[in-house]
Amino acid sequence: MLKISNVETFYGKIQALRGVDIDVNDGEIVSLIGSNGAGKSTLLMTISGVNKARNGNITFNGEKIENRDPHKIVDLGICQVPEGRRIFSRLTVEENLRLGAYTNEQGKHFETDIKEVYDLFPVLSDRKTQRGGTLSGGEQQMLAIGRALMSKPKVLLLDEPSLGIAPKLVNQIFASIKNINKEKNVTIFLVEQNAKKALELADRAYVLVNGKVTIMGSGQELLKNKDIQAAYLEGGTKN
Amino acid sequence: MEKQDIIKSFKDSLFTGLIALALFGPIVGLRTASKGEGLFITPQWGVVFLLVGLCILGRFLININSARRKEFKIFSTLSSKFSSITEDKAKHFAITGILFALVFPFLPFTDRYFMDVAIMILTYIMLGWGLNIVVGLAGLLDLGYVAFYAVGAYSYALIATTFGWSFWICLPLAGLFAAFFGILLGFPVLRLRGDYLAIVTLGFGEIIRIILINWYEVTNGPDGITGIPRPSFFGLPFKRSPDEGEMSFHTFFGLEYSTMHRIIFLYYLILILALITNYFTLKIRKLPVGRAWEALREDEIACKSLGVNPTNTKLTAFAIGAMFGGFAGSFFATRQAFISPESFTFIESAIIVAIVVLGGMGSQTGVVLASIFLIGITEIFRDLEQYRMIAFGGAMVLIMVFKPKGILANRKPTILMHGDKN
Repeated sequence: MLKISNVETFYGKIQALRGVDIDVNDGEIVSLIGSNGAGKSTLLMTISGVNKARNGNITFNGEKIENRDPHKIVDLGICQVPEGRRIFSRLTVEENLRLGAYTNEQGKHFETDIKEVYDLFPVLSDRKTQRGGTLSGGEQQMLAIGRALMSKPKVLLLDEPSLGIAPKLVNQIFASIKNINKEKNVTIFLVEQNAKKALELADRAYVLVNGKVTIMGSGQELLKNKDIQAAYLEGGTKN
Repeated sequence: MEKQDIIKSFKDSLFTGLIALALFGPIVGLRTASKGEGLFITPQWGVVFLLVGLCILGRFLININSARRKEFKIFSTLSSKFSSITEDKAKHFAITGILFALVFPFLPFTDRYFMDVAIMILTYIMLGWGLNIVVGLAGLLDLGYVAFYAVGAYSYALIATTFGWSFWICLPLAGLFAAFFGILLGFPVLRLRGDYLAIVTLGFGEIIRIILINWYEVTNGPDGITGIPRPSFFGLPFKRSPDEGEMSFHTFFGLEYSTMHRIIFLYYLILILALITNYFTLKIRKLPVGRAWEALREDEIACKSLGVNPTNTKLTAFAIGAMFGGFAGSFFATRQAFISPESFTFIESAIIVAIVVLGGMGSQTGVVLASIFLIGITEIFRDLEQYRMIAFGGAMVLIMVFKPKGILANRKPTILMHGDKN
């Protein structure tokens, strides 16, 4: 469905992605793990069209998207939940959600869509009229995911949803991600530093090191991989 | 309050006094006077002493007030009470304000001078509301807003004097021209944000003024444009003696001729234009484009990830803000009947930005209060001539000390809970 082949992205002269190949199939949860500065967020921004790939192709259902503007990519059904949530902090929860529906026929199915989000994250419903900035980190993450869902995406790109969130809420958010994938048939491409959680959730996973994919396989395979255990998971030893 | 704090704030006040001395010493203290053949310096140490003393005292009071905010909070309670009144009863406040504005010309104490000041305040309110779209909602700091005011005024003046069309045809045309210039400015500055955007818009304001001065063939340069037609009351001119076969306002309604008729008409004209600006802003905030402006102010990357096109969104904000500036400019031209580049200097932009910022970015009521406060204060101190600007600056400092986020800093949500009565 989403096919990334040989993508290279630069910041000025600095190369952040060195030929990345990743496939995301319809209905899958695919995780991408890697350390700080590996290029994970850059890859998501490149898919979203905020950063442009200098070389390589990105296709979505066979259509080339690497040179499109971000808003056109959202129109096609690829929506990103950016790193650090990026809630509109002075706007209320409901206004945030309405902005998610910005490209989606100007609120035609708004009422049913917003109800779905509130069913998924009931806490948001209690806080509709509260400002986004007053929510806790976990609630903000839920809001960011809900906001992205309002655009009715086919693929949801999640950038570090566990960042700076209480462990209890992380479990809840990962459960919701699974739910979104299974119940709403949204394909998930998840970028995470929390490798254990990301691999447990994933159907397939990739490891990104210095702008290159080094290891790929099913989530379970990677969890057992000694190198990955040593580098990204606790308790492993490299031999 | 601790003794330490008092000593600390006293030291701080003395330091302020030192700065004041450094400033006022040469500026006020050394006065040049021409005696006979040469210039002589006459020192005025008494005045300097007084000013420095005032600065020390003022700083000390501010320090004490902020240190003792909990025990001694005259100013903060006063101001929070004030904002809670205005926020809770925003609607009543607005309706009372509009009603007062409607009957204002017929109140017994209203004379020509009051009307002129009221028209001026309303013009600034309209400009403030127009700029509020760009600065308050879209978060794009525009320091050259006067450019659109000028474009509106000159387009109106040129169209009206060249083609002789009526006010009601020229007004939308002038607005369109201004909106076009808004887009023209918008394109090069789309990539810029914050300080850089402010610098470029500042430059744009100056470019327009300098073009107006130098493009002599069209704008008549520094001499300006004279004989701009006055607006008529739906075809009835405000003239003492109408031309042959023509009805004028006072003969049509069988009134005694009075120059006040035209002033009152102008007053209602700007009142209506300003209210249209306000109504438009309040409505558009609830539409996707208005919400996208506010979202863009909060976070541009999040906007991109949600499919908001920042280019178009910024351009519409610039264009619509500019259009209202243009309308206000047309009104200015028709009221003055004479315009020249003199009227469109940077200080005008600065005043409008000050009104928006002091009012509390994005607050419509705040703009009204700030306009009344700032323009009113300069009018009250009109008799003191050169001290007017001190009063103006002082007013700004006072607002920033007691209400650092502006008079009304709270943003009103565009969507309210079902059953919420507001």
